[in-house]
Amino acid sequence: MNFHLRIWRQDHEKVKGFFEEIEAVNIPADASFLEMLDMVNNRLIEKQKVPVAFESDCREGICGTCSMVINGIPQGPGRGAACQVYMRSFCDGETITVEPYRAASFPIIKDLVTNRKAYDRIVQAGGFISEHTGGAPDASATLIGKHEADRAMDAAACIGCGACAAACPNSSAMLFVGAKVTHLALLPQGQPERKERALNMVRAMDEEGFGNCSNYYACEAVCPANISASVIATLNREYVAAACRSVAE
Amino acid sequence: MIELDPKIPTGPLEKKWQHFKEHAKLVNPANKRKFRVIVVGSGLAGASAAATLAEQGYNVDCFCFQDSPRRAHSIAAQGGINAAKNYQNDGDSVWRLFYDTLKGGDFRAREANVHRLAEVSRNIIDQCVAQGVPFAREYGGQLANRSFGGAQVSRTFYARGQTGQQLLLGAYASLSHQIKSGRVKMHTHSEMLDLVVVDGHAKGIIVRNLLTGELTRHAADTVMLATGGYSNLYYLSTNARGCNTTAIWRAYKRGALFANPCYTQIHPTCIPVAGDFQSKLTLMSESLRNDGRVWVPKKKGDQRAPQDIPEEERDYYLERKYPAYGNLAPRDISSRSAKEVCDEGRGVGPGGLGVYLDFKDAIARLGKKGVEERYGNLFEMYENITGENAYERPMRIFPALHYTMGGLWVDYHLMSNLPGLYVLGEANFSDHGANRLGASALMQGLADGYFIVPYTLGEYLSTQFGNKVTTDSPEFEEAEAAVRGRMNRLLEVRGTVSSEQFHRELGTLLWEKCGMARSRESLLEALTEIPKIRERFWNEVGVPGTGSSFNQALEAAGRVADFFELGELLCRDALTREESCGGHFRVEYQLPDGEALRNDDQFNCVHAWQYQGEGKEPTLIKEPLNYEFVHPATRNYKH
Repeated sequence: MNFHLRIWRQDHEKVKGFFEEIEAVNIPADASFLEMLDMVNNRLIEKQKVPVAFESDCREGICGTCSMVINGIPQGPGRGAACQVYMRSFCDGETITVEPYRAASFPIIKDLVTNRKAYDRIVQAGGFISEHTGGAPDASATLIGKHEADRAMDAAACIGCGACAAACPNSSAMLFVGAKVTHLALLPQGQPERKERALNMVRAMDEEGFGNCSNYYACEAVCPANISASVIATLNREYVAAACRSVAE
Repeated sequence: MIELDPKIPTGPLEKKWQHFKEHAKLVNPANKRKFRVIVVGSGLAGASAAATLAEQGYNVDCFCFQDSPRRAHSIAAQGGINAAKNYQNDGDSVWRLFYDTLKGGDFRAREANVHRLAEVSRNIIDQCVAQGVPFAREYGGQLANRSFGGAQVSRTFYARGQTGQQLLLGAYASLSHQIKSGRVKMHTHSEMLDLVVVDGHAKGIIVRNLLTGELTRHAADTVMLATGGYSNLYYLSTNARGCNTTAIWRAYKRGALFANPCYTQIHPTCIPVAGDFQSKLTLMSESLRNDGRVWVPKKKGDQRAPQDIPEEERDYYLERKYPAYGNLAPRDISSRSAKEVCDEGRGVGPGGLGVYLDFKDAIARLGKKGVEERYGNLFEMYENITGENAYERPMRIFPALHYTMGGLWVDYHLMSNLPGLYVLGEANFSDHGANRLGASALMQGLADGYFIVPYTLGEYLSTQFGNKVTTDSPEFEEAEAAVRGRMNRLLEVRGTVSSEQFHRELGTLLWEKCGMARSRESLLEALTEIPKIRERFWNEVGVPGTGSSFNQALEAAGRVADFFELGELLCRDALTREESCGGHFRVEYQLPDGEALRNDDQFNCVHAWQYQGEGKEPTLIKEPLNYEFVHPATRNYKH
């Protein structure tokens, strides 16, 4: 198959970027999107040109390293991360636009690579349970109903790729933050820090410059891990309850 | 020559670890603040070690090449984690987990290490539950378990098909907590490119900032490598693209011994290679073999569609050869049998490198819905990758490189022969012998980081008061210059072939000559061919751009250069080990039924290799494995 690529090239954050037109010829239909980019890059190296920078790691949709926008959709069309997009899902001769995430809190590093450390900092603000290694009671001491455990797992499945904020017109990270707050609020172990967690993570999210949710549901539509937008409702509830309680106290 | 001391405590097997912990030297809380620990890698072993040591009061610098510590390849583990909890009341115990692990490894691991692993397995589950890892639960709220290969009890804990992800995110959460507290300084997009050894002790590393290209020196009181395995040596494997051998290979070249490099694990059920564009292989859970039947056409080169091949022209070769186990034959047997039928020209799919895994009978028995309930997500994944519907035509599967049991040599304290250098998780060689059982990799990574190294570190650090080094010492100077020299050499070739193409060539060669089956002849061939490809690499590789910027081509080329060197050592090790055991199968040494033929008289030992300098043959140092408590039997899963 042949494709006409419009790929975003930008050397670093401080210079202006542009779309470069690249022909991707003789691409097998069974190649993944990233393998197509590998082939394009190998051909650029043959011509001693600088290859297109993009990040990927596990290439099975779980590590969340991929961060590109394909034809306007963060992580590309279909379910799953960009590494799970296959060329057979495009038409022969199609023009494909590839660009980095567009969100002020994810500054560009190079070409399709963006800096998503803001998500790490939000987790550092409270996305954990403060236990001490070695002091845990026997695991069977805490019973957790299957229903709660399953719902916690649904939320915990987030891969931290940033597609939610990249898709949102407000660059809101509330799907990401909501997923972590929901996961830990559902479990008995998460209760002691429940209030501070919601307050601290929301504060960190605001400080990183992410916007607020205004119910576009674009995040849910693109999420490779199928996180439901209902975690945002949970986050709002957790935050309001925590804020009211801290005012009352 | 070095005399290897595994430092195994004396006394009864079940008391060794307890005894060690009660008598190990400690560093008092006020002094812990004075020590700096470098942890390289942020997977299960690295993240858990960094978080726990910071909790104890040490200053930790943690490095990973990814953009976040949450990305390490531990995240992709699917099946589960073993622990001897006996929650199912099915007769499990520490002894059984110990024995299963030792037997699974074909009696090529240390008894004391494996017993300790089985002991601490129970603490891991407690720790993870306390962190909020959402393990699968029964309706009554109890933890659920499932069975895994090589065991007759249900001891595997799991979080859907994403157990690795949830365990890693648990360790990442603890690490994040410690980063916030200021006791861990996290360095992302930072690749270790050399180890700095001062007066024989590992005291620092040279790191390249992948975003800016800047080289930095980091000094500490001890260095821990938790940098994973080297399956990507074969180019195509189930590992992530970034997985590499550079950190442990640099340590090897600085004097750390590399043990058992030839112990590689090949997983029988992966999606086959679709073409020479392919960048990685995806694992399909082995559980599929519970209901799927493996077959190939009886006729060579049969080009008919599978549904057009009548029943009597199909060869259900596992059921035919191993009637007792059938499609559930052990991993190594299944993998090698698939290779045999493909070598005979009876393989299916592109290039004839695949066998069918057919669910026709299962669908007839359980209905499509029944099969969907059990394996729906796997069928979906298969269709997404191959574009084929496995309800309508059989799946195609083929074995792939998955895990490496070999790694840097460590003693009972997880310290290498270089004082001050600890090696954790898949990067070390210690606990799985010649073959790893399913659901044991996660267990070992977390055991090393949460429960072992935090106890053994005091033994070393308590001897290191007043031994601070600074980054302006000549050793740092020399190591940084060496790194810069290697980088410049790669940049100066100015060729036109990508390092990926050389990597693929190396991988194909190793897969053919030193893969599922190895022979003296094939290994000698590989040892002649590898230096030739390597020479072309150094003359033709193209690395555009500069060293002082974000340059992924340079990162890849550096890793491939190290893979070439490791490839040679691996073949040399496979050649020296004149027996078959676990994942290492030499065709010259097999029983009439195709099972591995061990040679305990000559090879009941660890092969540790010592680097002797550029162009010189490495020296082999043997550590005998003394079986005091169990008798190494011939591995038998038939009865």
